[in-house]
Amino acid sequence: MNRFAHLLDRLSYEPRRNGKLALMAEYFREVPDPARGYALAALTGDMGFRYAKPALIRALVEERTDPILFRMSYDYVGDLSETVALLWPALAARAGEHGTAPTLPEIVEALHVAGRSEIPSLLSNWLDRLDETGRWALLKLITGSLRVGVSARLAKTAVAELGDLEPADVEEIWHGLEAPYEELFAWAEGRGERPDVSDPVPFRPAMLSHAIEDGDFQKMEAGDFSAEWKWDGIRIQAVCGRDAHGALAKRLYSRTGDDISGAFPDLVEALDFEGAIDGELLVMREGLVQSFNELQQRLNRKNVTARMLKDYPAHLRAYDLLSEDGEDLRPLPFAERRTRLEALVGRLGGDRVDLSPIVTFDGWEALAAARADPAGHGAGEDAAAVEGVMIKRLDSPYLAGRPKGHWYKWKRDPHTVDAVLMYAQRGHGKRSSFYSDYTFGVWRQGEGGADELVPVGKAYFGFTDEELRRIDRFVRQNTVNRFGPVREVVHELDQGLVLEVAFEGLARSGRHKSGLAMRFPRVARLRWDKPPREADRIEALEALVDPS
Amino acid sequence: MGGFFIDPLKPVDRALITHGHSDHARAGHAHVLATRETLDIMRARLGLGSGDEQQEARLGEPIRIGDVTVTFHPAGHCLGSAQISVEANGMRIVATGDYKREADPTCRGFEFVPCDVLITEATFGLPVFRHPPASREVQGLLDSLKLFPDRTHLVGAYALGKAQRVIALLRQAGHDRTIYLHGALESLCALYERHGVDLGPLEPATGQEKKGGDKLPGEIVMCPPSALQDRWSRRFADPITAFASGWMRVRARARQRGVELPLVISDHADWDDLCRTVVETGCSELWVTHGQEDALVHWAETNGVRARPLRIVGYDESEIE
Ligand SMILES: [Zn+2]
Ligand SMILES: [Zn+2]
Repeated sequence: MNRFAHLLDRLSYEPRRNGKLALMAEYFREVPDPARGYALAALTGDMGFRYAKPALIRALVEERTDPILFRMSYDYVGDLSETVALLWPALAARAGEHGTAPTLPEIVEALHVAGRSEIPSLLSNWLDRLDETGRWALLKLITGSLRVGVSARLAKTAVAELGDLEPADVEEIWHGLEAPYEELFAWAEGRGERPDVSDPVPFRPAMLSHAIEDGDFQKMEAGDFSAEWKWDGIRIQAVCGRDAHGALAKRLYSRTGDDISGAFPDLVEALDFEGAIDGELLVMREGLVQSFNELQQRLNRKNVTARMLKDYPAHLRAYDLLSEDGEDLRPLPFAERRTRLEALVGRLGGDRVDLSPIVTFDGWEALAAARADPAGHGAGEDAAAVEGVMIKRLDSPYLAGRPKGHWYKWKRDPHTVDAVLMYAQRGHGKRSSFYSDYTFGVWRQGEGGADELVPVGKAYFGFTDEELRRIDRFVRQNTVNRFGPVREVVHELDQGLVLEVAFEGLARSGRHKSGLAMRFPRVARLRWDKPPREADRIEALEALVDPS
Repeated sequence: MGGFFIDPLKPVDRALITHGHSDHARAGHAHVLATRETLDIMRARLGLGSGDEQQEARLGEPIRIGDVTVTFHPAGHCLGSAQISVEANGMRIVATGDYKREADPTCRGFEFVPCDVLITEATFGLPVFRHPPASREVQGLLDSLKLFPDRTHLVGAYALGKAQRVIALLRQAGHDRTIYLHGALESLCALYERHGVDLGPLEPATGQEKKGGDKLPGEIVMCPPSALQDRWSRRFADPITAFASGWMRVRARARQRGVELPLVISDHADWDDLCRTVVETGCSELWVTHGQEDALVHWAETNGVRARPLRIVGYDESEIE
């Protein structure tokens, strides 16, 4: 545990992505199985045991210390795990007096089999045997909130870099693996074969688009591209395959590979094919796409009620086919995949899955006209759900990530931007108990060459009371710094909250670090589904500056 | 009593100064009583403002002022630091000033003085503050130097006391390479050496151009905390910023300052030592000042010692050295 605690400690102070990667790689190289595998599971959030509640930890420490001193300390330190780690009675802290420090595998394996009532005594025994860094790491681990600025993706990248794998290679088999990931490490280190993931329904890393820029069209031959509507829903992957017993396994993944099947049993039930479809999750009633607001009723719900299933039926609008009957279609050109997709959807029947229609055009002007008037160009009554057009190169393979020159998005309403929440401040009046003023930023290339977020504006409204409560909770749980009334909220490539911000205009301004001032910004929607790395870049805003 | 003030914030006629930090040793007093080292530090830092008339207090030697007897005792905080005991009518009051009980190669060790009333500092007066052995923290710095041999290790430390202690601890740990100094540390390091504290080879951190630039990869550079985020720090080779302070115990504090390598090294007593000192002096009454008063007052009262906070206007936690 001490070595793992040391890793977390160092990670928590290391600001740079490369520094974090180096620390993790060093750890994975030095530490044997199975400890390193459990460490990886902790970093990716795949521990698989039930996390302990803060109340349990409070109760433990209050049994052993003066509750008044505990409260004063907690007020000062501001973080429960850290307070308890520092406050835990010092006598026990001296190594050796209470036996050797528990190992990470010992802790993880015990937590897997422990009943709820056994947790307090296990925990206090471990706390007695660890030093303050060890206690801090243990408490972070068992409450499931490491918050050391490492995303699951970054941890997997560190594993990939043990050998010459790509992060996407690891991502692709991840869902078929389990802690402590011994075969994965063996593969990464060149000591073993690619793990044979028996997962019949793996996630395939999504292909993403670039926002089209002014000069792009001149370099693009319209005949080389296909276009379709960009639907205003949630990008998902629907995967079905036969398991070892021949039964059809089905799964829905978010764009980042989270399993969201549980929230959409109605759609899952309707899936009946073998393959992987990339598409948009929408709510549809009587053949019509409903607003994003209605879709939001189905997102982030722990329990799905029959009522919700009836009122907000989930639907998949298919964009692409990544595999079919065990064949990987991703190396094929888009045009061929599309033909296969059309055939597959045609065979499906039912009304839960349909095709995203192709928008025909004979030149960029024609496409511009379609984008300006989707209703008159095939979208019909669904036009309100059209966010813009997607332009896809006909001969592009399906590539993980955001490769240049293949897919472009051309938004209909240019005055929205996907930005990342950076700071939050308490509001006024009836909102004074909520963090309701948000500073958000977009990506730009920093001085050192690495991307960084630069603040571009502040928004105070645009969200419902329910959304406010959820953002507030997010802010409190993801604070990385406090400056008086302002909290800095985690905003890293894979950790943070993306806000779709709408605004009236944009002007140059010397007063802002970004050089831009936004008029009338407001939160158009919360993109819990989007990782910050997919938020917009400053270049997208530069293109929208009002001519003065 | 006696017509004098200990560590007064405003100019007074007669001031008794525990040690040379700027939150204790202020300018403009007519008459100053302090240890020889503290007087020397005051002259170096305050120049003409260090007191019109200066009197040296020898540790352990009683001095009569009016109807009271005053004695200075070592406080272990920094060079020349002292506690001050005041006796009158068979009663003894001891003001600890700033103190610590962990050994420090750069100053005399703390000696506790039995008393009736103890006026204690409480900079780290919360039970979350338990300082690890300073040697362990210094080892962490040396380990990092091994792990990142191409990066300058920039160590922020208060100019008086902490910087010299970190250097001396590095020497004890066997680091005998030249240590480079920010200009703001040079004169105090020289002062320590004049008082017999050996700090080993030191050189200015800047102006090293002849030796292939002044980037100093793999070297330790000491600077005042304010210089860590300064333009000044950008001249070095991909610097790692370390900060030696008891505040580094709390992660949010370290992160707020952008510290990558926090060194929990304090020149103040930690919670356990604050409590232990109260018990050992046998005092029946405790006045708590200079920091987190409430927790220590609460602790004293639950342990049978009458206690009250003594809040001194004009102190700012961020100023505490
Ligand atoms: Zn002080
Ligand atoms: Zn001091």
